[in-house]
Amino acid sequence: MTQTEQPHQIEIRNLHASVGDLPILKGVDLIIPRGELHAVMGPNGNGKSTLAKVMVGDPEYTVTDGDILVDGVSILEMEPDERARMGLFLAFQYPVEIPGVTIANFLRLAMQARKEEGEEVSFTEFYGKLQSALKTLDWDESIVERYLNAGFSGGEKKRNEILQMLMLEPTYIIMDETDSGLDVDALKVVANGVNSMRGENLGGLIITHYQRLLDYIVPDRVHIIVDGKVVQSGGPELAKKLDSQGYDWVKELATA
Amino acid sequence: MTINPEVNDINASYEYGWSNPEKYAVKAPKGLRRDVVEMISKAKDEPQWMLDFRLKALDIFNSKPMPEWGADLSGLNLDEIYYYIKPEGFNTRSWDDVPEDVKNTFERLGIPEAERAALAGVGAQYESEMVYHNLKEEWEKLGVVFLSIEDGLKEYPELFREHFATIVPPEDNKFAAINSAVWSGGSFVYVPKGVKVDIPLQTYFRINAESSGQFERTLIIIDEGAQAHYIEGCTAPSYSSDSFHSGVIEIVVKEGARFRYSTIQNWSHNVYNLVTQRAAVYGNGVMEWVDGNLGSKVTMKYPACYLLEDGARGEVLSIAMAGRGQHQDAGAKIVHFAPHTSGSIVSKSISKDSGRSSYRGLVKIYEGAKYAKTNVECDALLLDEEARTDTYPYIEVEEKTARVGHEATVSKINDDQIMYLQSRGLSKDQAAGLIVRGFIEPIAKELPLEYAVELNRLIELEMEGSVG
Ligand SMILES: Nc1ncnc2c1ncn2[C@@H]1O[C@H](COP(=O)(O)OP(=O)(O)O)[C@@H](O)[C@H]1O
Ligand SMILES: [Mg+2]
Repeated sequence: MTQTEQPHQIEIRNLHASVGDLPILKGVDLIIPRGELHAVMGPNGNGKSTLAKVMVGDPEYTVTDGDILVDGVSILEMEPDERARMGLFLAFQYPVEIPGVTIANFLRLAMQARKEEGEEVSFTEFYGKLQSALKTLDWDESIVERYLNAGFSGGEKKRNEILQMLMLEPTYIIMDETDSGLDVDALKVVANGVNSMRGENLGGLIITHYQRLLDYIVPDRVHIIVDGKVVQSGGPELAKKLDSQGYDWVKELATA
Repeated sequence: MTINPEVNDINASYEYGWSNPEKYAVKAPKGLRRDVVEMISKAKDEPQWMLDFRLKALDIFNSKPMPEWGADLSGLNLDEIYYYIKPEGFNTRSWDDVPEDVKNTFERLGIPEAERAALAGVGAQYESEMVYHNLKEEWEKLGVVFLSIEDGLKEYPELFREHFATIVPPEDNKFAAINSAVWSGGSFVYVPKGVKVDIPLQTYFRINAESSGQFERTLIIIDEGAQAHYIEGCTAPSYSSDSFHSGVIEIVVKEGARFRYSTIQNWSHNVYNLVTQRAAVYGNGVMEWVDGNLGSKVTMKYPACYLLEDGARGEVLSIAMAGRGQHQDAGAKIVHFAPHTSGSIVSKSISKDSGRSSYRGLVKIYEGAKYAKTNVECDALLLDEEARTDTYPYIEVEEKTARVGHEATVSKINDDQIMYLQSRGLSKDQAAGLIVRGFIEPIAKELPLEYAVELNRLIELEMEGSVG
């Protein structure tokens, strides 16, 4: 196959991953075409965050079997920064604090990292994008002079993840419980940010516990992960079913 | 420029490790000897009192044992050092008159570009002597004095003698005694009452010869209500045998005056750097030390503020970075003699690859220094398992109404932070560099922009390949 014939999608094949000797992912299969956003749901402690972190290359996890292909290319051997430069982006469930580094400075470096050798992020490019991202998120410009997540409330951290997402313009996003800890207004702001990017050039996973976020970002597909495997997939109605019936019935699917 | 083939690779990332061939007007024999002291005094055509002072200091030096605390100095052989090397050429105000090699050296280090840019005056010391000193005319007109210490002694004998060795007497410690015996070079600065020099003065120190010592002596007097900022930078070639730098810096901050002394010490990793820096601060005066220790093999340096009158304030901001084979024993000293005096010490150290950094600080509050207060914050960042850090806070409070706060943290560079930044496209080295920059940001932001950029650049250089 030549380059142009590669499918525009993330394909996760029989993915197994462990922390130390402890297996967490036990054979995940998923295809997420570019242009689609899929919800990933499931009870706590069943491997959703692990899947997200393995996708972006967190060295804490070891892939013991299977593969992840992005646009037909296996990314397992790639460093996290290479994956990011390919267009992968994870909005972390627990973003970390980096004291002393302003958001502005960090965003500029991260944008620069995506450029070809010798190409500079121009001030106009940076500032233009920043203005429009802040507007989408209904955020004051002064925020970018603060240190990255340092002393941020949970909601501010989540909003900051979306700010980075808007600035870096990834092709594949993974949002890990971005909705948890947000009030309705903040939730709308975040959803607004994601929806502003939505289109045929954006694919990804939205990991969430609740229907709430999915009222604003309607998923193309919904997958349920239990005990490190996808146990059921369906349309948006599956999320609604989980919302009304709870998770007990899916737990049984895993043992069935 | 000739590159001396003897340079070794104790620190491959050290970019100023080249050297010039040795061409000198005077090179005293090795060792700290009476005839060397006399030779220095004679070469400088000094008054008798100064020769007497030097000889007395030599006796004091001989009577004092090497310090047993602090860093390991057993590798420093004081008999194997050249104590005085006078370069060809002389102290000049004209850059064109600086000898070619020396000029090339300083040009390669970015001087005098820096002067043209944003400095009020520039000095340059090569080996034992100042080769260049120049103050911009606008400041000279206002009565500001910025001279080599030797010219200070000649041109302002009374002012000089009134203050010289009153703040750091030769008895203070063994290295102050060495310096007092063989001092050469350094700056003499006087800022008259009420004059505010709002852009920095800078002096650059370069050791070129192998096994040599540099013993500059700087005396700075900031008169009532005046303000200034002085910056020093230092580099040396990377030789396999050790060099020795032992400066004494004395500062007088008079009533209501404000002074900042910033150092970006980037000696090569074969230099023993043992410096005594102290300021006497009078009523409502403010003294700030900004001390960046990146280079050297061993540094022992504790910038001090003696708060002598009501309302005086002293601040020390210190950054140390210790890599393989380096020990930075740095800190601060704040001594309160008077009521309502206040101090602050912020120390940040970074250690990697078996490097060791220690914070050693003294806060002393004498009885009667009512409501004196000082706050100490020291944070250490360790980049790997081998790196080491220690804290030695000495706090002596004799006054009941005084308050001293002390906070210390030790952290390791955190894998989650690296992962977070990497997931945004930064390489692992860039990520670690950014975290370190963030760690020192509270200090870097106190420096003028160009120096903050330089500091960050030096740290990045030291960081290359430092995370696995
Ligand atoms: N770094 C880790 N070290 C040890 N156990 C881990 C680690 N990461 C995840 N786990 C374990 O793996 C399981 C799945 O965790 P996680 O992927 O965070 O689940 P979810 O996101 O679905 O709540 C849990 O039992 C959790 O304790
Ligand atoms: Mg999770």
